[in-house]
Amino acid sequence: MSSNLARVRKIKNQLALTVSLTAMMFGLFWLIWILATTIQLGVGGFSLTLFTEMTPPPGSDTGGLANAIVGSLLLIVLATLVGTPMGVLAGIYLAEYGRHTWLGKTTRFVNDLLLSAPSIIVGLFIYEIYVAKVGHFSAFAGVAALALIVIPVVIRTTENMLQLIPDTLREAAYALGAPKWLVIGKITLRASIAGVMTGVLLAVARISGETAPLLFTALSNQFWTLDLNAPIASLPVTIFKFAMSPFKDWQQLAWAGVFLITLGVLSLNILARILFRRRDQ
Amino acid sequence: MSQESPSALRHRVGDLVFFNLTRFFAVVTLLLLAGIIVSLIHGALPAIDKFGLSFLWTAEWNPPMDRFGALIPIYGTLATSLVALVIAVPVSFGIALFLTELAPPWLRRPLGIAIELLAGIPSIVYGMWGLLVFAPIFAEYVQPALASTVGKVPLLGALFQGAPMGIGILSAGIILAVMTIPFIASVMRDVFEITPPMLKESAYALGSTTWEVVWNVVLPYTKIGVVGGIMLGLGRALGETMAVTFLIGNMNFFNGISLFLPGNSIASALANEFAEAESEIYTASLIELGLILFVITLIVLTLSKILLNRLSAQEGTSS
Repeated sequence: MSSNLARVRKIKNQLALTVSLTAMMFGLFWLIWILATTIQLGVGGFSLTLFTEMTPPPGSDTGGLANAIVGSLLLIVLATLVGTPMGVLAGIYLAEYGRHTWLGKTTRFVNDLLLSAPSIIVGLFIYEIYVAKVGHFSAFAGVAALALIVIPVVIRTTENMLQLIPDTLREAAYALGAPKWLVIGKITLRASIAGVMTGVLLAVARISGETAPLLFTALSNQFWTLDLNAPIASLPVTIFKFAMSPFKDWQQLAWAGVFLITLGVLSLNILARILFRRRDQ
Repeated sequence: MSQESPSALRHRVGDLVFFNLTRFFAVVTLLLLAGIIVSLIHGALPAIDKFGLSFLWTAEWNPPMDRFGALIPIYGTLATSLVALVIAVPVSFGIALFLTELAPPWLRRPLGIAIELLAGIPSIVYGMWGLLVFAPIFAEYVQPALASTVGKVPLLGALFQGAPMGIGILSAGIILAVMTIPFIASVMRDVFEITPPMLKESAYALGSTTWEVVWNVVLPYTKIGVVGGIMLGLGRALGETMAVTFLIGNMNFFNGISLFLPGNSIASALANEFAEAESEIYTASLIELGLILFVITLIVLTLSKILLNRLSAQEGTSS
């Protein structure tokens, strides 16, 4: 009787562990499948003209993604430059000044909500407060939308990284007579700079693939432009337009774009992990 | 005051400026949330005035006639997210179990990163891949198989009927599941890891199997956190835009409850129609949809945060 029970328990255990292994394989299966097709179809559309020619009108034989790639880089760089200082400063407040204050706790909570809030809502917000007022889509609006996505990511990592710095380090600096702003600037922030950079890299990775917030802010542009007050092409929005189209050459370009984005985003993710070998949650 | 040396004064001013600067940006973050809600309400006012509360349960979405109701997109949003959760929750549990109890220690980190990379793949990539690679295969092999097996079961079968088109609520839900698995799995793994080893080892010492330890010790200890992780995944799934836009079919009619049918979600209605909306009431109705989506996700995410905070508070006191 008891040996029977032991057998049932053992079988149940085996079964559960097999299912767990299957779940792991299921997760990896999708990752490998998506990466494999992205590489296979993306490399097929890869050529030098991708970086030299503009996005083509439908039906033309040649064409590239040059304006979309440059547009994306411009939007990403500007949004990161705008969002990073704001995020770092707010993160410093949360970790150094507001750890136990009402403002600190509430901001931390709200920031976590913003971190997971739908990005399309951010686009809608910028449309409401900027695009609708000036009456036209523009790269400025796109930068603003992406910066609003950068800020919560940077706040979160900055705060976490600063909290890892032991208080004894701060106290040692105070004991030498340093004022708080110098302690933060020269001691704690400097000690956690690798972690803060990780946050920035993760934020860049996040906005590199963002499409939804750009749809009604930066829109898209078939032509080359660096004018920040005009609609500008970006890689994700171009992929969206081209992938949905029935034209084979457009789809081919979209695959090449998908390959570029995936390659970029995944290398940023991996780079961020190498830079800071610690689980950031 | 008057005897203060210039450098001490400089330091005091520096402290004051720096403190207020950092506090200013913290306040900005706080105001951002309020600003989003206010601006969405403001933008939606024409639609709120015209349709009132009936907007929520009107199934008509008719731009030429300027008649709008949110029922179809709300249904599509909830249905795809529920399909995603039904798949993602058990799979994430399995993955978390594997990563915390089963995998040899040297494999845990690389496998964990691999699963997290799934979250790194941009939504647009899932969308395009889903439409051009996954949907055709799904329509040719999986949907007919589902229709001829589960589709024959009474009641449940009604969900798996109709023409296999590849796109629709079911395929959008499946891709959504793959996208939410990394979020749920990593929260589950993290909360499983905070179970005190003492508790687990006591159970093992009594002769428990691995499964019994997880089911009877780890899961009860961390259940608040597990639910919090599921809510986080739900919050992510509700607002997911691009992948769903590619796969849901963007159909604004309700034809039946089969999950094979195309539909529309709030986020994809916005993505597809907003830039082209001409009339004021059309734009306002879309913004009201956005407001509804934002409010739903905020509620879900707030619950998730509260649950996860409670777990970490409990961890702080009980050990």
